[in-house]
Amino acid sequence: MTLFLQQLVNGVALGSVYALVALGLTLVYGVLKVPNFAHGALYMMAAYVVYVALTAVEAPYVVAIAAAIVAIGVLGGAMELVVFRHLEGKTPVHMMIAALGVLFFLEGTADVVWGPDFRPVPTPLDGVVSAFGVNITEQRILVIVAAVATMVGLYTLLKRTLVGMSIEALAQDREGALLVGIDTKRVALLTFAISGVLAAIAGSLIAPLVLVFPLMGAVVILKAFVIVILGGMGSVPGAIIGGYLLAIAETMAGTYVAFAFSELIAFALLVLVLVFRPTGLFTKGT
Amino acid sequence: MITRSVAIGVPLLAAILFPLVVDNAYLVSVAVTAYVTAIAVYGLDILLGYTGQLSLAHAGFFGVGGYAVGILTSDYGLSFWSALPLALALTALLGHLIGLAALRTRHDYFAIFTLAVGVMIVIVIERWESLTGGTDGLIGIPAPTSIGPLSFASLNAQYYLVLAFLVLTIYVVWALMHSLVGRTFLAVRNSEELARAVGIDTGRTHQLSFVISATLAALGGALYATFLGSIGPDVGDVPMTFNMLVYLMIGGVASLPGPLVGTILIMGLMQALTAFQEYSMMILGPILVLVVIFFPQGLAGQGRVLANKVLGRSGDA
Repeated sequence: MTLFLQQLVNGVALGSVYALVALGLTLVYGVLKVPNFAHGALYMMAAYVVYVALTAVEAPYVVAIAAAIVAIGVLGGAMELVVFRHLEGKTPVHMMIAALGVLFFLEGTADVVWGPDFRPVPTPLDGVVSAFGVNITEQRILVIVAAVATMVGLYTLLKRTLVGMSIEALAQDREGALLVGIDTKRVALLTFAISGVLAAIAGSLIAPLVLVFPLMGAVVILKAFVIVILGGMGSVPGAIIGGYLLAIAETMAGTYVAFAFSELIAFALLVLVLVFRPTGLFTKGT
Repeated sequence: MITRSVAIGVPLLAAILFPLVVDNAYLVSVAVTAYVTAIAVYGLDILLGYTGQLSLAHAGFFGVGGYAVGILTSDYGLSFWSALPLALALTALLGHLIGLAALRTRHDYFAIFTLAVGVMIVIVIERWESLTGGTDGLIGIPAPTSIGPLSFASLNAQYYLVLAFLVLTIYVVWALMHSLVGRTFLAVRNSEELARAVGIDTGRTHQLSFVISATLAALGGALYATFLGSIGPDVGDVPMTFNMLVYLMIGGVASLPGPLVGTILIMGLMQALTAFQEYSMMILGPILVLVVIFFPQGLAGQGRVLANKVLGRSGDA
């Protein structure tokens, strides 16, 4: 039972990160129909920003996170401005290939700047909290709390503010949004920036728990795509529920079945969902 | 007619003379690698260029073809000539089975699905150590056995054999595209609904295109493994698919010379600029973006536009 609880907590912490990455992906897909393969590179870049801030600059962790949010938010926006703005109306496959180009560029840049090595990031919160026989590192608690706070923040932004409502309007009907006077270009830019911020929060929260390397986004983005397909492309609740479900399934399979099995779960789920319910689990059937 | 004979004859003659003129084993082996890769890139084009779907498991099939030939020749003692058809049939069957599931989706979903398939193929290759040698790969794959007086022991002989397979591939793609099947592919790419309305079985068309594409990838992989004498799991990995995609997009989709031009140009440049190898992804990434935004038809498409302009003007005069 203790082992189960322990793994459940670990799964929830991992799920928080998955859900944040998937949210950024699903937001950009839902609003702009861009399957953004480069999203994992934003997450990777955020982890490097935190790495540099904590090691070279020796800044406090809060400052490191803030730096990552600003830098990657801007990077996300720049991606829209430089690349995807010029692809409006192209097929999803074209957008995907362009996104791959951006991915190559960012991964290549990280590789040139920091080299291919796996780099450990210092752990600013190294305390451990024990409850019910379960040991949780403070960093994991921070991951869970910050992720939930971010999700609440995103929900409030989308549902309660004018900016959020114009994003939703764009997701529903681009031409309609333009017709009622929404500056669709600005909203597109903003959506990419928000997705960058979400990736930045995920990347800076996970950095102290893992090793940072140029291809660290590749595995996560694949899982995020699985989550987004599970939850339905463009569905915000789907991305959150899907993120936690996948992470918990992986942690449990790794504990009770075999570690090798846990990395196959995402793909097995993907195959099953696409074969039996290609529109996702949380969308209304067409 | 004359332009066509020149367009075919000159590159072919250049390819035939190449090993005799350069007389450099390293360059010839680079050309061999480029040719086998180009064969696989033609397979990618069948899918992306002609039926409009992007498979990110393409290198996976390249790997399966290579491993199949490697295992059949080195572990089971088959000759290359009996192992090759078996390997192609095996990959076609695998492609057919994967296609049955993957082709329930289209476009971006299809790409993501095949990405997962590509990752799974590599995991299987790495984990099935008793068969594949795991991460170490397979070594000691024998060169093709002689056919009568034709021996394939020397590098130049192997070069001409690969060239022959490349020419055969290009011919098959050309013939396919000028057949009813090829027209069906294009109809499905341009509008699946319209194609269905005129009575085309779009599901079967996609399935056929996927199987042909996987088989060409396997042919490339089989030749690759045979001529390098070894193969490792990297060859079947997703980044390899990305490379092939770069060659295809830069060369030009849905054009006969596109895959060959793109592959030779980029692989050649990579070899020439080894000093910049570290920066290759940093450079290729933005090039890929620029191609998608400004030249979605690639170099071949631009060449066609240019040729039409020149010929059109001279026609007017």
